[in-house]
Amino acid sequence: MIPLHWYLLVAAGMFALGIYGVLARRNAVAILMSIELMLNAVNINLVAFWRYMAPEALNGQMFAILVFAVAAAEAAVGLALIISIYRNRETVVAEDINLLKW
Amino acid sequence: MTITPITIAFFIMAAFTLGGSLGVVTNRNLFHAALYLVLALFGVAGLFVLLEAPFLAAVQVLVYVGAIAVLITITIMVTRRIMGVTESVNRQWPLAAGVSAIMAITLGFVVLDRFAGKLPVAAVPGDNIVRLGEALVNYDAYLVPFEVASVLLLAAMIGAIVVARE
Repeated sequence: MIPLHWYLLVAAGMFALGIYGVLARRNAVAILMSIELMLNAVNINLVAFWRYMAPEALNGQMFAILVFAVAAAEAAVGLALIISIYRNRETVVAEDINLLKW
Repeated sequence: MTITPITIAFFIMAAFTLGGSLGVVTNRNLFHAALYLVLALFGVAGLFVLLEAPFLAAVQVLVYVGAIAVLITITIMVTRRIMGVTESVNRQWPLAAGVSAIMAITLGFVVLDRFAGKLPVAAVPGDNIVRLGEALVNYDAYLVPFEVASVLLLAAMIGAIVVARE
């Protein structure tokens, strides 16, 4: 059987890569993809803790299911916003979208 | 640690996950980054299978690979004209890499300090998926979060249609 910390290390690496993507990428779609990576890393952690700590409880999997629902909603609205911004400003580069910047 | 088929499967899935994640954040071609995202999401689904959560693995493939990845790919195609012209990372990327490395080291230290070598306390009950489905529609369990998630998805759907409409 695989020890718990292997799963947690994979999730930690995935989360750190997602942070790098969110902070460093210029394209708004790439930033959204990095956010999906971070949400997935959290899901790995939730399911791993459920399996290794309390497999007879349902909370861990239920949390993961709710994260799925929120991620789907976030992707739909985020991509709609990006398409709308592209129509109006002809750009999807995050630092060029500065209408609300003072 | 002995090498068993389970261990080999874990290493393959972990390589898919981490390699795909690396491809997403480093690839200059956004379309290739989206394909790497699909690879990483499949790796996560494989990890769910190894963690004996088959329902979540199926949902992962259906929702993430089937819906979100396709949505992202379509958005990239729609906004393609300016792709590949500019460089992919901004000026603060060394700072971002530092923050990311600090995060990885901190998380790794905590994980190895607190959870090293821990094995499962019990086996997964055979009727786990049945109980999961019943708990989702049980008033004393998770009915309210389930309904709130439904309303959230409806609101997101209407919002996406309104925002993206010409």
